[in-house]
Amino acid sequence: MTTHQRAVAVVATVGLLILVFDLVRRRRLLERYALVWMAVTVLLLVLSAWGGLLDRVADAIGISYPPSALFAAAFGFVIVLLLHFSVAVSRLTDQSKVLAQRLALLEQRVTPQEHEEPAEAHAESVTADR
Amino acid sequence: MHSAFERRLAVVPAYNEEQTVGRVVRALHRDVPGWDVLVVDDGSTDETGLCARRAGADVLRMPFNLGIGGAMQAGFVYALEGDYDLMVQVDADGQHDPTEITTLLESRARHSESDMVCGSRFLGDDHRYPAPISRRTGIHVFAFLLSRIVGQRVSDPTSGFRLYNRRAIELFARDYPHDYPEVEAILMLHHHRLIMREEHVRMYERDGGVSSISSGKSVYYMIKVLLAIGVGLLRRRPVVSPGDAAPVTASGANIG
Repeated sequence: MTTHQRAVAVVATVGLLILVFDLVRRRRLLERYALVWMAVTVLLLVLSAWGGLLDRVADAIGISYPPSALFAAAFGFVIVLLLHFSVAVSRLTDQSKVLAQRLALLEQRVTPQEHEEPAEAHAESVTADR
Repeated sequence: MHSAFERRLAVVPAYNEEQTVGRVVRALHRDVPGWDVLVVDDGSTDETGLCARRAGADVLRMPFNLGIGGAMQAGFVYALEGDYDLMVQVDADGQHDPTEITTLLESRARHSESDMVCGSRFLGDDHRYPAPISRRTGIHVFAFLLSRIVGQRVSDPTSGFRLYNRRAIELFARDYPHDYPEVEAILMLHHHRLIMREEHVRMYERDGGVSSISSGKSVYYMIKVLLAIGVGLLRRRPVVSPGDAAPVTASGANIG
C-alpha cells in the first residue's frame, strides 16, 4: 500500500473514531453500540496504519492487491454490524410488542367498561359535572 | 366436564372490522351465553373498538397494530390472568359460526385429552369453502407438510377457529408466533407434547372488510411460514414449556 493510500485510510478511520466518540459524548449513541463501532474502527485503523500487517493478511487470504484486503475487511465488519443491528431490532420489536400488550391489559383493567351499565355510568358522569 | 364453574372466554381479534365485529359479538352473546367476550382491537383506525364495546364485549385496545400474533397473545395473557379454563378464538369478519363452538366443546367432552380443538373447513364432505385458488393451494401445502411433521392428519392448518384449554392458554400466553401464527402454533403444540384435534365445522364467506391475507401476500406468507417450519424443526425443543420462564413475554412480567 502506498503512503498516500495509507494516509487516506488512516485519516478516514480516525475521522470515524472521532465521530463515534462525539456521538457518545453527546449521548446520541449508547455505549453498548458504540463499543462495537469502536472495535471495528480500531481494527481498521491498525490495518491501515500498519502496512506490514495488511500485506501479510492479504497474502494469507490470497489477495494480491493489499488495499483490496482493507476493503474486504471493512465489508466483513459492515456485514457483522448489520447482523448485530438486525438482532437488536428483533429484540426491540419483541419488547415493544410485550409493552403494547401490557399497556392494553392495564388500560382495560383501569377503564370502566361502559357497556355494563351504560345508563348509570351516564347519570354518574352528569352528576360529576355539576 | 361442563361444570358451571368453568370460566370461558371468547377472544375475537379485530383489525378494522367495524362493519362486522358488532354482529359477531352479539351472535356470541346469543349463541353461547355463558361465555365472556373479549375483542382485541389491534390498533384499528376505524370504530372497531367502539362497535365491539357497544355490542357488549370487553375490549383490549392495542396502542398500535401488532399483527394477529401479538393481538392473539394479548388475548391468551388476558385469559391466563383472568383464570379462564377455556378460550375460543373467533374471527371478527363473521366467517365463523358461533353455534359451532358447541361442536368444538362436544369434541372436547368426547376427547378430554385434547388441549386444542380446531375447527376445520376441509374435514367431512363439504368442500365448497370458497377461497381463491392461491390461498387454497397454500393451505393444502401446509396441511401436507404439517401432517407429516406432527404425525397426525391436519386438514386446515390456517383455521383461526380454535378452542384452547388451560394448558394451551398457558403455553401461548408465554410464547406465540408473530405474523401468521396459526400454522406455527400447531407445530409448537406438537413440540410441547400438547394434543390437538380437528372437527369439521361450517364456515361462511367473509361478511365484509378485507382478509389479512390478500392473494398478493400469499406467496410471502407461504415462504415465511415455510421458513418458520424449517427453523422450528432445527430448533432444540421445547424452547419454553408451560411453567418455564420465557425470554420475553407479557405474562413473564408477573404483575397479577
